[in-house]
Amino acid sequence: MASHAHALIEADKNRFHMTEEHHPENGTLLGFWIYLMSDCLIFAVLFATYAVLGRSYAAGPSGADLFDLPLVAVNTGLLLFSSITYGFAMLSAQAGRKTPTLVWLAITGLFGLGFLSLELYEFAKLIHEGAGPQRSAFLSSFFTLVGTHGLHVTFGIIWLVTLMVQVGRRGLDEAMKRRLMCLSMFWHFLDVIWIGVFSFVYLLGVL
Amino acid sequence: MSPDLVKFIFGRLTWEAIPLHEPILLGTFIVVALGGLTTLGLLTRYKLWGYLWREWLTSVDHKKIGVMYIILAIVMLLRGFADALMMRAQQAMAFGDNAGYLPSSHYDQIFTAHGVIMIFFVAMPLVTGLMNLAVPLQIGARDVAFPFLNNFSFWMTVGGAVTVMLSLFVGEFARTGWLAYPPLSNLAYSPDVGVDYYIWALQIAGVGTTLSGINLVVTIIKMRAPGMSLMKMPVFTWTSLCTNVLIVATFPILTATLALLTADRYLYTNFFTNDFGGNPMMYVNLIWIWGHPEVYILILPAFGVFSEVVSTFCGKRLFGYSSMVYATVVITILSYLVWLHHFFTMGSGASVNSFFGITTMIISIPTGAKIFNWLFTMYRGRIRYEVPMLWTLGFMVTFVIGGMTGVLLAVPPADFVLHNSLFLIAHFHNVIIGGVVFGMFAGITYWFPKAFGFKLDPFWGKVSFWCWLVGFWVAFTPLYVLGLMGVTRRVSRFEDPSLQIWFVIAAIGAVIILGGIVAFIVQIVVSIRNREALRDETGDPWGGRTLEWSTSSPPPAYNFAFTPVVHQLDAWWDMKQRGYGRPTTGFIPIHMPANTGAGVILAGISTVLGFALIWHIWWLAAVSFVALVAAAIAHTFNFKRDYYIPAEEVVRVEDARTEALRSLT
Repeated sequence: MASHAHALIEADKNRFHMTEEHHPENGTLLGFWIYLMSDCLIFAVLFATYAVLGRSYAAGPSGADLFDLPLVAVNTGLLLFSSITYGFAMLSAQAGRKTPTLVWLAITGLFGLGFLSLELYEFAKLIHEGAGPQRSAFLSSFFTLVGTHGLHVTFGIIWLVTLMVQVGRRGLDEAMKRRLMCLSMFWHFLDVIWIGVFSFVYLLGVL
Repeated sequence: MSPDLVKFIFGRLTWEAIPLHEPILLGTFIVVALGGLTTLGLLTRYKLWGYLWREWLTSVDHKKIGVMYIILAIVMLLRGFADALMMRAQQAMAFGDNAGYLPSSHYDQIFTAHGVIMIFFVAMPLVTGLMNLAVPLQIGARDVAFPFLNNFSFWMTVGGAVTVMLSLFVGEFARTGWLAYPPLSNLAYSPDVGVDYYIWALQIAGVGTTLSGINLVVTIIKMRAPGMSLMKMPVFTWTSLCTNVLIVATFPILTATLALLTADRYLYTNFFTNDFGGNPMMYVNLIWIWGHPEVYILILPAFGVFSEVVSTFCGKRLFGYSSMVYATVVITILSYLVWLHHFFTMGSGASVNSFFGITTMIISIPTGAKIFNWLFTMYRGRIRYEVPMLWTLGFMVTFVIGGMTGVLLAVPPADFVLHNSLFLIAHFHNVIIGGVVFGMFAGITYWFPKAFGFKLDPFWGKVSFWCWLVGFWVAFTPLYVLGLMGVTRRVSRFEDPSLQIWFVIAAIGAVIILGGIVAFIVQIVVSIRNREALRDETGDPWGGRTLEWSTSSPPPAYNFAFTPVVHQLDAWWDMKQRGYGRPTTGFIPIHMPANTGAGVILAGISTVLGFALIWHIWWLAAVSFVALVAAAIAHTFNFKRDYYIPAEEVVRVEDARTEALRSLT
């Protein structure tokens, strides 16, 4: 479209308006990218906060005392697999195959739920041990960073279910493919953030 | 009812929260309530509710949303300025044994509310409103990229404003200053609802601001008319682009920072507390990483307005267009590298302070380049001293002085003496009033005929301008003097009677500014009454240079019957020079976004959610949160978001314009 318009202008320097309908490019994906980057900044603040306060234990437990790495490894595996299965859902969607798309989306959602359950189990265990978010600045920033990621996953799952219902009712038209693409970017974005959390909080924390 | 049940239903909201014992607040409440009831009564009497709902409240038309933003800003300006007058009156009388008329707890709320309202609910809506009104027209688009989101953003801003206003009559507002530094803003020192009102008002409005930032960035990048490359964009569009990039890149930081403060207050975490490892200075760093770019978010669009006004009213193309663009981009980037100058006294050491002092001084270079560009545009121009041009000249003189006091404050040793003093207050009012406010008045006067089809009355515009200019200097020069003498900000009572004369002069200045505000409102009323005499049928009342002046005033819903094709900077000037003839035949149906009430509903529920959280009414918070998610999901099931304006309708509108233009000649 842009090159078409460009050709028009080059062809006629005295042409001051289009005579046919002009469709600007769809901006949804760019807008969603910008939204993701702004969300990324929220995580940047939380990471920076953790960097500043992550060693302020207030005579309480440290990461090395608390973190259960095998549990977190399983959790990470669940989330990474959910990204792959979302990828399969997108491939099916591009091919226009509705049922496989829905099946892969459901599997993605189950992986997401598994991730959330393990995270809630970990949180409950920590709070039970007296290592809740009120105990020290380290734990405040830990719970907030990991919890904000978990909230994002929760909203991602609600969104996923909504889209499954819509795909079921409408099929895979352009609008639905665009929506699936936005959630896809959101889901992979949460994966990237989690890799940051895993390395920066858990791995460095147990050192 | 049992006390437990009452507490469950109402949270911590009790009759005590209604300020029946405060005569000033009670009087204000009665006036506001009577005014509101009269408005509602008139709307019902003249059966305007349907019209208002269909044509304005649910509208996704960027022009109407722009106008609504500006109306919101003017209403909130009256509130914010009332706060200013009360502060000036208190400080002019509270010396020695005289305690003035405001108890200190009330005075503290007033200076906090003044700052919050003026920045978030006056300056921001003015800037966003003008961008909404002008940018799509300047780039030859039919609307913004996400029209529904635009409506939603506006109503979220209204939700934030409503929350602040509510604090006047139900409970109280923060007593912490406009940035709510901890530990003062933490539970230990501010246990009541004031800071919670502050937090939720800004969070609700902040959602709107971030989304409108995303919206306008995408609009400018994706929806420019064919041929309008980046370096052929009007300067106002360029400054809008930079401002919205700044919004997207900083408001999430404010959101996150306030969320951490919220966690401290609601979940008893220890981010900014004095014990358990918390660090209050981290809040100060984070909030200024948002806060400094914020002042450029406000001033860059004003720079854009001045650029449009100067080239239009001097009849020349803007001097140094590309240097203007580069200066804007450089300011955008540098605005991230200066935040620490707001607290040189934190004690971060000489090297850190030097770095931030130097980056701060460097910002004055691109800003100075802009001033010279405007001066060189005026040089040998045919200057028409219309009202927008007067605001521009007033800005150039005032802003240069404000900028120089800023460079002075950028020197860390000088800042150690002057920080937290009235010198600082004088400095930032000097650049915000002299820059942003003058710029917004210039922009409103400049684009008013585009939005409504008639000009604003020039006599009352000049009265308003001179009152603001003179009033500003009378009000704030004394504060510079007092600041140099070491008088600190946010003080409600003074001991030294020799200072009183300066505060009396400042109060007189505030009254002169009041004259400027009254004159502005009179100007609008007079202009509406004389609209036939002030009417502009051409659509181009000032001899404009950019595309918004190529369509009718007010523009039709679709802005342009055909999308313009751009060959040069100053596209409309180019079209006029080369004898462009307006198309009168061959119209086609036009694809447009449909109105929706979802924005009003979602923002309304968000405001209820905020109120419930402020007062700890947990059941209401839970219900409204679920309702919010449900309403948002329900909205995504609405796929019918557009319609076509039939070709016959376009023909009818355009023929009427052809007729109107013919009758002019």
